[in-house]
Amino acid sequence: MHTLEIRDLVVALTETPDKPIVKGVSLTIKSGEVHAVMGPNGTGKSTLSKAIAGHPDYTITSGDVFLDGKSVLEMEPDERARAGIFLAFQYPSEIPGVSIANFLRAAVQARLGEGEDLDAVAYYKNLYAKMDMLKIDRKFTSRAVNEGFSGGEKKRCEILQMAMLEPSFALMDETDSGLDIDALKIVAEGVNQLRGPKLGVLLITHYQRLLNHIVPDYVHVMYDGRIVKSGDKNLAIELEAKGYDWVKDIAVPAMS
Amino acid sequence: MQTSTQPEIFAEQEAAQAAAIGIDQSLGDFTYDVKYDYDAGSGLTENTVRYISAVKKEAPWILDFRLNALKTFLAKPLPTHWATKDLENINFDKIRYYLAQGQKPKRTWDEVPEDIKKTFERLGVPEQERKFLAGVEAQFDSEAAYSNIKDIVAKQGVIFMNSTQALREHPELFRKWFGKVIPTSDNKFSALNSAVFSGGSFIYVPPGVKVAQPLQAYFRINAENFGQFERTLIICDEGSEVTYMEGCTAPKFSTSTLHSAVVELVALKGAKIQYITVQNWAPNVYNLVTKRGLALEDAEIKWIDCNIGSRLTMKYPGVVLKGRRARGEVISIALANDGQHQDTGAKMIHAADETTSTIVSKSISVGEGRATYRGQVHIPKHLRGCKNNTECDALLINTNSRTDTYPAITVRGDKHATQHEASVSKVSEEMIFYMQQRGLTEAQAMSLAVNGFINDLASQFPMEYSVELKRLIELEMEGSVG
Repeated sequence: MHTLEIRDLVVALTETPDKPIVKGVSLTIKSGEVHAVMGPNGTGKSTLSKAIAGHPDYTITSGDVFLDGKSVLEMEPDERARAGIFLAFQYPSEIPGVSIANFLRAAVQARLGEGEDLDAVAYYKNLYAKMDMLKIDRKFTSRAVNEGFSGGEKKRCEILQMAMLEPSFALMDETDSGLDIDALKIVAEGVNQLRGPKLGVLLITHYQRLLNHIVPDYVHVMYDGRIVKSGDKNLAIELEAKGYDWVKDIAVPAMS
Repeated sequence: MQTSTQPEIFAEQEAAQAAAIGIDQSLGDFTYDVKYDYDAGSGLTENTVRYISAVKKEAPWILDFRLNALKTFLAKPLPTHWATKDLENINFDKIRYYLAQGQKPKRTWDEVPEDIKKTFERLGVPEQERKFLAGVEAQFDSEAAYSNIKDIVAKQGVIFMNSTQALREHPELFRKWFGKVIPTSDNKFSALNSAVFSGGSFIYVPPGVKVAQPLQAYFRINAENFGQFERTLIICDEGSEVTYMEGCTAPKFSTSTLHSAVVELVALKGAKIQYITVQNWAPNVYNLVTKRGLALEDAEIKWIDCNIGSRLTMKYPGVVLKGRRARGEVISIALANDGQHQDTGAKMIHAADETTSTIVSKSISVGEGRATYRGQVHIPKHLRGCKNNTECDALLINTNSRTDTYPAITVRGDKHATQHEASVSKVSEEMIFYMQQRGLTEAQAMSLAVNGFINDLASQFPMEYSVELKRLIELEMEGSVG
């Protein structure tokens, strides 16, 4: 059982530290739970996930993030990753010339101890098992990471990496952006496959439609850098019916 | 590294220079008079050249060749009108051009710096080779492994020996092509090499013989091969084939500050030569090398050249396409780390109809490293059906890295086809973050990005070299992040 606790987190762009984007967010995720964070564009959802992962463009000006009670703020992004935090990117980078298989192999190797060598046979066995589970064609992993990928392929590549690296917590940043409905279903199916008692998920989305396919345990509505309302999956449905203007009305008293 | 205090740097390294070269006594038939038991001293005069020639007991024509070369060297200006001004920092008077074995400084394994030892360890360099590379042992004796290859190829009539020996044993063969592909006066450094050359390899492959395994000068010949001014000549007779590999990926510690080799290849009708270099120089070395091949009818010459390290490398392997349908290819990878300048490229001189040339160059600049591509492709008007394809790609790792591309493609006449593509890409912060988010350290992320960039070229290297190249890049990247 693991816990990811976000406490009073304030985040700004590193170059403009006096203009916070996330203005005090607290949220606790436990293994096995799926938390959806919804909200209009520009409200700080993506910033929240990137700051937790340690993106250099963002600076945490106050508050803290604890993984199993230990602050991650002093850790490098790669240390946070190896400690079990996985960020599924909204716009994953291309890595020309590096195949998915080799990239993942390097990532798995990076998790082994000093002087410990990866068992290549076991690695490929595991990789193929995960690909079968996610119904991904074998040829896929010989392609260079994200190079020339369609939106759907990029997201599947993220899901495959998540499956291979088995994080304790997955921060999924706008997983549905740029996907048509068929791609969305495939990606959602992948996430549902990985869902289980060992994984905690923070699912960031603009649209309610993703939550038809990945049913969250909790829903948080974010507006202007704050969580203004939390509830269960029904909150998402309510939000869909009433629109984001509704949260603005809630947000006003919260800010005063 | 600093660029302003040259005399000090040279003075400090004088002792190091001394380890560079020696007479290969293992050849057995060589002795030298006790009164000559010094090095040739610092600086370059006619006496230096006479001394070298006398020690080597060379034929008079070789001495004449050297003395003429010396005149050319002294008369020629440095090519600083197009090349970097850093060349002016070479102090030719401070360099020792030749050294007898007895003059080598004795260094013990304990004196070798810890980081050098560690690097050897991580590259998996065998114990004995480590000592040799670190300058502890003057000579690396792996005759057992080496003579095995020699025996096999000797049965096919292949001659493979060092140049000094070849000049003595096969003067007719040597003389016929020596200095014909790269004339003494080609440039100041080819003239310098022609005056003071010592060591290097000589290979002759008889007609129709296809040498199955690559011949290597990879720790395998003798100390002399690692000289400052080695001279290599490879002749492939009609229809024959050979692959030659030189260099090693381990850093060469305590070598001299000026390395100026000349390599000439001759591919007669229908012959194929592939010449592979992987070199990793200490960051104080000027590596100024002239490499050129002559390809006759239906012949093929391919240079695969990988340059890492050094303070300044200037190297533009070339092919003179002299016979109809001859093919030339240069594949080059250069990595310029902080304080280094890799000025590399290729030359393709089309001199017959239907000749084809290909240049693929990839450079990586890290930190304040600077990579320059310089290409020359020449197709004259009277020819027809010539083709050239040039591709140069640069990768920048930090924002203050620098890359320049100077392609000079001269095509006269309208019966030819040329293509030129160039690209500059950057390893972005976003890409590094993406990889770090998957658990790779910053250095691992960078080396993976670099390996991806050269991946398509590295796969053309023999297996053992591409594995070593990958490890080497990892080590380079490790040093480049704080």
